[in-house]
Amino acid sequence: MDNTNQVRQQVANMRRSLFDQGYLDDQFIQLEDLQDDANPKFVEEVVTLYYNDSARLIQNIEQALFNRPIDFGKLDDYMHQFKGSSSSIGAKKVKIECQQFRVYCIAGNADGCSRTFQQIKQEYACLRRKLQTYFQLVSQAGQAESA
Amino acid sequence: MNKLRALVVDDNIINQMIHHRLLDNLGIENQVVGNGKEAVDVHSSGTYFDVILMDMDMPIMNGIEATKKLREMGIRSFIAGVTTRALEQEKGEFMEAGLDDYQEKPLTTAKLLSILHKINHSGIHNFS
Repeated sequence: MDNTNQVRQQVANMRRSLFDQGYLDDQFIQLEDLQDDANPKFVEEVVTLYYNDSARLIQNIEQALFNRPIDFGKLDDYMHQFKGSSSSIGAKKVKIECQQFRVYCIAGNADGCSRTFQQIKQEYACLRRKLQTYFQLVSQAGQAESA
Repeated sequence: MNKLRALVVDDNIINQMIHHRLLDNLGIENQVVGNGKEAVDVHSSGTYFDVILMDMDMPIMNGIEATKKLREMGIRSFIAGVTTRALEQEKGEFMEAGLDDYQEKPLTTAKLLSILHKINHSGIHNFS
Protein backbone atom coordinates (compact mmCIF):
# COMPACT_ATOMS: atom_id res chain seq x y z
CA MET A 1 0.00 0.00 0.00
CA ASP A 2 2.88 2.39 0.88
CA ASN A 3 4.53 1.74 -2.45
CA THR A 4 1.24 2.39 -4.27
CA ASN A 5 0.80 5.71 -2.50
CA GLN A 6 4.39 6.66 -3.21
CA VAL A 7 4.09 6.01 -6.96
CA ARG A 8 0.70 7.73 -7.03
CA GLN A 9 2.27 10.79 -5.41
CA GLN A 10 5.11 10.76 -7.93
CA VAL A 11 2.56 10.69 -10.76
CA ALA A 12 0.61 13.60 -9.25
CA ASN A 13 3.78 15.63 -8.69
CA MET A 14 5.07 15.06 -12.19
CA ARG A 15 1.69 15.87 -13.70
CA ARG A 16 1.49 19.11 -11.72
CA SER A 17 4.99 20.14 -12.76
CA LEU A 18 4.17 19.59 -16.45
CA PHE A 19 1.40 22.18 -16.10
CA ASP A 20 3.25 24.52 -13.72
CA GLN A 21 6.29 24.64 -16.00
CA GLY A 22 4.12 25.42 -19.00
CA TYR A 23 4.68 22.25 -20.98
CA LEU A 24 0.97 21.39 -21.07
CA ASP A 25 -2.26 23.36 -21.10
CA ASP A 26 -5.96 22.68 -20.50
CA GLN A 27 -6.34 20.70 -23.70
CA PHE A 28 -4.35 17.87 -22.07
CA ILE A 29 -6.97 17.80 -19.29
CA GLN A 30 -9.67 17.52 -21.98
CA LEU A 31 -7.92 14.39 -23.21
CA GLU A 32 -7.64 13.01 -19.66
CA ASP A 33 -11.40 13.52 -19.24
CA LEU A 34 -11.96 11.24 -22.23
CA GLN A 35 -10.11 8.39 -20.55
CA ASP A 36 -12.22 5.74 -18.83
CA ASP A 37 -12.24 2.00 -18.12
CA ALA A 38 -13.06 1.26 -21.75
CA ASN A 39 -10.29 3.61 -22.96
CA PRO A 40 -7.73 3.47 -20.13
CA LYS A 41 -4.74 4.62 -22.19
CA PHE A 42 -6.45 7.14 -24.44
CA VAL A 43 -4.11 10.02 -23.59
CA GLU A 44 -0.98 7.96 -24.15
CA GLU A 45 -2.40 6.68 -27.44
CA VAL A 46 -3.13 10.20 -28.68
CA VAL A 47 0.32 11.43 -27.67
CA THR A 48 1.96 8.43 -29.36
CA LEU A 49 -0.04 9.12 -32.53
CA TYR A 50 1.00 12.78 -32.37
CA TYR A 51 4.71 11.97 -32.21
CA ASN A 52 4.45 9.35 -34.96
CA ASP A 53 2.45 11.59 -37.28
CA SER A 54 4.26 14.86 -36.65
CA ALA A 55 7.66 13.34 -37.49
CA ARG A 56 6.55 13.59 -41.12
CA LEU A 57 5.61 17.27 -40.72
CA ILE A 58 8.93 18.06 -39.03
CA GLN A 59 10.70 16.48 -41.99
CA ASN A 60 8.58 18.48 -44.47
CA ILE A 61 9.35 21.72 -42.65
CA GLU A 62 13.05 20.90 -42.53
CA GLN A 63 13.07 20.27 -46.29
CA ALA A 64 11.05 23.40 -47.01
CA LEU A 65 13.53 25.49 -44.99
CA PHE A 66 16.41 23.93 -46.91
CA ASN A 67 14.97 24.66 -50.39
CA ARG A 68 15.99 27.83 -52.26
CA PRO A 69 14.06 29.93 -52.78
CA ILE A 70 12.02 29.20 -49.66
CA ASP A 71 8.32 28.71 -50.38
CA PHE A 72 6.94 30.54 -47.35
CA GLY A 73 3.39 29.66 -48.33
CA LYS A 74 4.09 25.94 -48.20
CA LEU A 75 6.14 26.40 -45.04
CA ASP A 76 3.23 28.16 -43.37
CA ASP A 77 0.85 25.38 -44.42
CA TYR A 78 3.08 22.70 -42.89
CA MET A 79 3.49 24.71 -39.71
CA HIS A 80 -0.26 25.35 -39.54
CA GLN A 81 -0.82 21.59 -39.56
CA PHE A 82 1.90 20.96 -37.00
CA LYS A 83 0.63 23.72 -34.72
CA GLY A 84 -2.88 22.29 -34.98
CA SER A 85 -1.76 18.83 -33.90
CA SER A 86 0.39 20.25 -31.09
CA SER A 87 -2.51 22.34 -29.87
CA SER A 88 -4.81 19.30 -29.91
CA ILE A 89 -2.67 17.44 -27.38
CA GLY A 90 -2.09 20.48 -25.17
CA ALA A 91 1.59 20.93 -26.05
CA LYS A 92 1.74 24.53 -24.84
CA LYS A 93 5.41 25.46 -25.31
CA VAL A 94 5.52 23.80 -28.72
CA LYS A 95 2.38 25.68 -29.76
CA ILE A 96 3.81 29.03 -28.62
CA GLU A 97 6.98 28.49 -30.66
CA CYS A 98 4.86 27.50 -33.67
CA GLN A 99 2.95 30.78 -33.37
CA GLN A 100 6.26 32.68 -33.39
CA PHE A 101 7.42 30.70 -36.42
CA ARG A 102 4.30 31.68 -38.34
CA VAL A 103 4.96 35.36 -37.57
CA TYR A 104 8.42 35.04 -39.13
CA CYS A 105 7.00 33.00 -42.01
CA ILE A 106 4.38 35.61 -42.90
CA ALA A 107 7.14 38.24 -42.78
CA GLY A 108 9.31 36.14 -45.10
CA ASN A 109 12.06 36.07 -42.48
CA ALA A 110 14.09 32.93 -43.24
CA ASP A 111 16.56 33.39 -40.37
CA GLY A 112 13.76 33.92 -37.90
CA CYS A 113 12.04 30.78 -39.18
CA SER A 114 15.22 28.71 -38.90
CA ARG A 115 16.04 29.91 -35.39
CA THR A 116 12.49 29.34 -34.17
CA PHE A 117 12.37 25.92 -35.78
CA GLN A 118 15.40 24.88 -33.71
CA GLN A 119 13.47 26.01 -30.61
CA ILE A 120 10.41 24.06 -31.74
CA LYS A 121 12.44 20.89 -32.15
CA GLN A 122 13.96 21.33 -28.70
CA GLU A 123 10.59 21.84 -27.02
CA TYR A 124 9.07 18.97 -29.01
CA ALA A 125 11.87 16.58 -27.95
CA CYS A 126 11.83 17.78 -24.35
CA LEU A 127 8.08 17.25 -24.07
CA ARG A 128 8.41 13.80 -25.58
CA ARG A 129 10.98 12.80 -22.93
CA LYS A 130 8.88 14.18 -20.10
CA LEU A 131 5.69 12.51 -21.32
CA GLN A 132 7.47 9.19 -21.81
CA THR A 133 8.64 9.34 -18.19
CA TYR A 134 5.18 10.41 -17.07
CA PHE A 135 3.38 7.57 -18.85
CA GLN A 136 5.92 5.06 -17.49
CA LEU A 137 5.13 6.30 -13.98
CA VAL A 138 1.38 6.09 -14.68
CA SER A 139 1.86 2.51 -15.84
CA GLN A 140 3.85 1.67 -12.70
CA ALA A 141 1.12 3.20 -10.56
CA GLY A 142 -1.45 1.04 -12.34
CA GLN A 143 0.64 -2.08 -11.77
CA ALA A 144 1.23 -1.22 -8.10
CA GLU A 145 -2.51 -0.79 -7.54
CA SER A 146 -3.41 -4.11 -9.11
CA ALA A 147 -0.63 -6.01 -7.27
CA MET B 1 -35.09 7.46 -28.56
CA ASN B 2 -32.88 7.24 -31.66
CA LYS B 3 -29.20 7.96 -31.18
CA LEU B 4 -27.74 11.00 -32.89
CA ARG B 5 -25.38 10.26 -35.76
CA ALA B 6 -22.37 12.41 -36.54
CA LEU B 7 -19.80 12.68 -39.29
CA VAL B 8 -16.28 13.90 -38.53
CA VAL B 9 -14.59 15.45 -41.56
CA ASP B 10 -10.90 16.15 -40.86
CA ASP B 11 -7.63 15.19 -42.52
CA ASN B 12 -5.63 15.37 -39.28
CA ILE B 13 -5.49 11.92 -37.69
CA ILE B 14 -4.99 13.30 -34.17
CA ASN B 15 -8.15 15.37 -34.49
CA GLN B 16 -9.97 12.42 -36.02
CA MET B 17 -9.10 10.34 -32.97
CA ILE B 18 -10.05 13.04 -30.48
CA HIS B 19 -13.31 14.07 -32.16
CA HIS B 20 -14.34 10.43 -32.55
CA ARG B 21 -13.74 9.85 -28.82
CA LEU B 22 -15.49 13.09 -27.83
CA LEU B 23 -18.58 11.97 -29.72
CA ASP B 24 -18.36 8.39 -28.39
CA ASN B 25 -18.17 9.78 -24.88
CA LEU B 26 -21.47 11.58 -25.41
CA GLY B 27 -23.09 8.46 -26.81
CA ILE B 28 -23.15 9.77 -30.38
CA GLU B 29 -22.64 7.21 -33.16
CA ASN B 30 -20.07 8.61 -35.53
CA GLN B 31 -18.11 8.02 -38.68
CA VAL B 32 -14.83 9.64 -39.67
CA VAL B 33 -13.69 10.70 -43.16
CA GLY B 34 -10.48 12.40 -44.22
CA ASN B 35 -11.57 15.17 -46.59
CA GLY B 36 -14.51 16.99 -48.10
CA LYS B 37 -14.84 14.67 -51.08
CA GLU B 38 -15.22 11.66 -48.81
CA ALA B 39 -17.89 13.58 -46.89
CA VAL B 40 -19.80 14.22 -50.12
CA ASP B 41 -19.36 10.60 -51.27
CA VAL B 42 -20.70 9.15 -48.03
CA HIS B 43 -23.83 11.29 -48.45
CA SER B 44 -24.16 10.25 -52.10
CA SER B 45 -24.45 6.68 -50.84
CA GLY B 46 -27.58 7.75 -48.95
CA THR B 47 -26.22 7.89 -45.41
CA TYR B 48 -27.70 10.61 -43.23
CA PHE B 49 -26.07 12.37 -40.31
CA ASP B 50 -27.67 14.63 -37.75
CA VAL B 51 -24.49 16.65 -37.31
CA ILE B 52 -21.35 17.12 -39.38
CA LEU B 53 -18.12 18.43 -37.83
CA MET B 54 -16.38 19.99 -40.81
CA ASP B 55 -12.72 21.01 -40.82
CA MET B 56 -11.77 23.81 -43.21
CA ASP B 57 -8.31 23.02 -44.52
CA MET B 58 -8.26 19.62 -46.16
CA PRO B 59 -6.71 18.21 -49.33
CA ILE B 60 -8.73 17.17 -52.40
CA MET B 61 -11.84 19.10 -51.27
CA ASN B 62 -11.73 21.61 -48.42
CA GLY B 63 -14.47 22.34 -45.90
CA ILE B 64 -15.85 25.37 -47.73
CA GLU B 65 -16.24 23.47 -51.00
CA ALA B 66 -17.67 20.41 -49.25
CA THR B 67 -20.21 22.46 -47.30
CA LYS B 68 -21.38 24.22 -50.48
CA LYS B 69 -21.65 20.90 -52.29
CA LEU B 70 -23.62 19.25 -49.48
CA ARG B 71 -26.07 22.15 -49.38
CA GLU B 72 -26.46 21.99 -53.18
CA MET B 73 -27.28 18.30 -52.77
CA GLY B 74 -30.08 19.30 -50.38
CA ILE B 75 -28.35 18.02 -47.25
CA ARG B 76 -29.96 19.80 -44.29
CA SER B 77 -27.84 18.26 -41.55
CA PHE B 78 -26.45 20.60 -38.92
CA ILE B 79 -22.97 21.47 -40.17
CA ALA B 80 -20.53 22.90 -37.64
CA GLY B 81 -17.26 24.27 -38.98
CA VAL B 82 -14.38 23.26 -36.69
CA THR B 83 -11.13 24.97 -37.56
CA THR B 84 -8.08 26.77 -36.28
CA ARG B 85 -8.60 29.66 -38.70
CA ALA B 86 -9.37 32.67 -36.56
CA LEU B 87 -9.52 35.60 -39.01
CA GLU B 88 -13.03 37.07 -39.34
CA GLN B 89 -12.80 37.00 -43.13
CA GLU B 90 -11.96 33.29 -43.15
CA LYS B 91 -14.74 32.52 -40.69
CA GLY B 92 -17.18 34.59 -42.73
CA GLU B 93 -16.33 32.74 -45.92
CA PHE B 94 -16.81 29.41 -44.19
CA MET B 95 -20.15 30.45 -42.65
CA GLU B 96 -21.40 31.74 -46.02
CA ALA B 97 -20.73 28.30 -47.54
CA GLY B 98 -23.67 27.05 -45.46
CA LEU B 99 -22.54 26.34 -41.91
CA ASP B 100 -24.98 26.37 -39.03
CA ASP B 101 -22.26 26.97 -36.44
CA TYR B 102 -18.55 27.56 -36.09
CA GLN B 103 -16.18 26.45 -33.35
CA GLU B 104 -12.45 27.04 -33.00
CA LYS B 105 -10.18 24.08 -32.51
CA PRO B 106 -9.25 22.34 -30.40
CA LEU B 107 -12.73 20.92 -29.93
CA THR B 108 -13.73 20.22 -26.33
CA THR B 109 -16.71 18.54 -24.68
CA ALA B 110 -18.10 21.99 -23.80
CA LYS B 111 -17.89 23.18 -27.43
CA LEU B 112 -19.48 19.96 -28.65
CA LEU B 113 -22.32 20.32 -26.14
CA SER B 114 -22.80 23.88 -27.37
CA ILE B 115 -23.20 22.53 -30.92
CA LEU B 116 -25.68 19.86 -29.76
CA HIS B 117 -27.65 22.47 -27.83
CA LYS B 118 -28.01 24.51 -31.01
CA ILE B 119 -29.21 21.44 -32.91
CA ASN B 120 -32.00 20.92 -30.38
CA HIS B 121 -33.06 24.54 -30.65
CA SER B 122 -32.80 24.79 -34.42
CA GLY B 123 -35.24 21.95 -35.02
CA ILE B 124 -33.13 20.83 -38.00
CA HIS B 125 -32.57 17.50 -36.34
CA ASN B 126 -34.53 14.78 -38.03
CA PHE B 127 -34.86 11.39 -36.40
CA SER B 128 -34.85 8.75 -39.14
